[in-house]
Amino acid sequence: MAFDKDSIGGTLAAALVLCIVCGVVVSTAAVALRPQQEANRILDRQSNVLRAAGRYSPEIDIAAEFEKIEHRFVDLRTGEEVEMPADYDQQGAASDPEQSTLLTQSEDIARVRRVPHVGEVYLARDEQGELESIILPVHGYGLWSTMYGFLSLEADANTIAGLVFYEHGETPGLGGEIDNPRWRQLWQGKQLLNDEGEVAIQVVKGSVDERAPGAETRVDGLSGATLTSVGVSNMVRFWVGENGFGPFLERLRESSSAALDQGVR
Amino acid sequence: MAEYKTKDILFQPIFNNNPIALQILGICSALAVTTQVSTALTMAIALTTVTAFSSLFISILRNQIPNSIRMIVQVVIIASLVILVDQFLRAFSYELSRQLSVFIGLIITNCIVMGRAEAFAMSNPPVPAFIDGVGNGLGYSLILVILGIVRELFGSGSLLGYQVLPVISAGGWYQPNGIFLLPPSAFFLIGLIIWGLRAWKPQQVEQDQFSIAPNSRTSDLY
Repeated sequence: MAFDKDSIGGTLAAALVLCIVCGVVVSTAAVALRPQQEANRILDRQSNVLRAAGRYSPEIDIAAEFEKIEHRFVDLRTGEEVEMPADYDQQGAASDPEQSTLLTQSEDIARVRRVPHVGEVYLARDEQGELESIILPVHGYGLWSTMYGFLSLEADANTIAGLVFYEHGETPGLGGEIDNPRWRQLWQGKQLLNDEGEVAIQVVKGSVDERAPGAETRVDGLSGATLTSVGVSNMVRFWVGENGFGPFLERLRESSSAALDQGVR
Repeated sequence: MAEYKTKDILFQPIFNNNPIALQILGICSALAVTTQVSTALTMAIALTTVTAFSSLFISILRNQIPNSIRMIVQVVIIASLVILVDQFLRAFSYELSRQLSVFIGLIITNCIVMGRAEAFAMSNPPVPAFIDGVGNGLGYSLILVILGIVRELFGSGSLLGYQVLPVISAGGWYQPNGIFLLPPSAFFLIGLIIWGLRAWKPQQVEQDQFSIAPNSRTSDLY
C-alpha cells in the first residue's frame, strides 16, 4: 500500500514519527550535554564567589583558587554551623516548606518570600589561615527582577569587602549599573552596623556627604535607578539582618578571633 | 520549478534580497543581541546553522510532509534544532549563552527560518535548500555584525571586548554614547542601512502602495 501523506492515517503517522524522532534527538542531546552544563554552572558560581572575595582575575585557575575557600552551612535561625551534604541547594530549599520559613510582609523587605533554615556561607582565608573574608549569597527584588549576588564581609563581620551580582534583569544603563565596578567600589569599607549595633547600612538618594555622621553606613544611590537602589539596599539589610545571616554574623562578632578559629574549624 | 544557480542562491540574499534590509524580517533579535560584536556573531552563527539545517531537513521530508499539518511539522523541526543549538551553547559557551538568554530560544519564531522553509525548502531539493538557508543566514549575519560593530564601538568604545577607544571612566578621552546600547539605536542603524542599500540598488525601492494626494494648498488648487 502506497503511503498517502494526505490521508488521515498518513497525517497521523507522519506526525507521530516526527514527534518521536525529534523527541529522541532533543532528549539525547540534553542528557549527553548535562554534565558539561552542570560543570559550567558550578564554575560560574565559583568565579562569582571569588569575585566577591576580591580574588578573581581572568588568568587564575578558578577551580584551584576556589579550593582555598571553605564552603560552610549555617542554621539561619540560630546562627550555629551545621553539617550538610556538599550539594545542598539553598535556593531549592527555600521553595520547600519543610526546609524554609515563610516570611511575613513586614519582615520580607527584600521580597524573597521564603527563607531557608540552612544557608550557605563561604569563608576565605589568607596564607596564614586567618579568616580574611566571609562571603554570603544574597538575593532580592529590584525593579524588574530578582537580583542574585554575593556580599563579602571582612573578618570583623561588619566591614563590607565587596558586592557582586551574577544574575539580574535590571534596565541596562540605569539599574544595570549595579554591575558597574565604580559603583561596586563604593561599598568597600562601608559598615553594616551603626554605633548602637543596629543594622544601618543603606543606599541613599544622591551622594553621601563623607563628613556627616553615619556616612560609613551609607552608599550613594544610582541616579535614574531609585527603585533598583532601594532594592539593593533592602536586599543587603535583609540578609545581614535577623531573618538572614544576622545571628551567624552576631556570633562571629562576639567570639574573639581565636575562639572564632576554633569554632569554625 | 525554476532552476537556480548555486552562486545566486548563496549570494542573492546578502545584498539583493537581504532578509533584514529588504524583507524586514528578524528585526526583533537584530535589536536585542547587537550591543556587542560577540553576541551578534554567536547569534548570527546560531541562526545560520538553524536556517540551513531546517531547510535541509524540511526539503528532504517535503514529499512526506502532509499538507494539512505542514506548518506544524516545520515548527517542530525548527524547534528541535534550536533546542540543540541552545544545549550546545550552554555546554560549550556558557557566558555567551547567558548573555543571549531567551533570544536563542526565540530563533524558533524568527520569521526568516519559517519564511525560507515555506518559500523555498518545501519546493526545492535538499542541496539548494541547504545553500539557500546558508545564504539567508549570511544575509542576516551581515546586518547583525555591522550593527554589532557600530553599537559596541560607539556604545562602549570596544570591539569584541578589546578597548579601542579609551573611555573616560577608565582614564581615556572617549565619552561612550549610551543610546547605542539601547534598542532604538539599532532601529536607526537598520534604517540607515536600508537607505544606503536602496540608494545603491534602486531596484529595491518599493512601489508606493498609495499615491499621495496632491498638495491641497489653495494656491495649487486653482
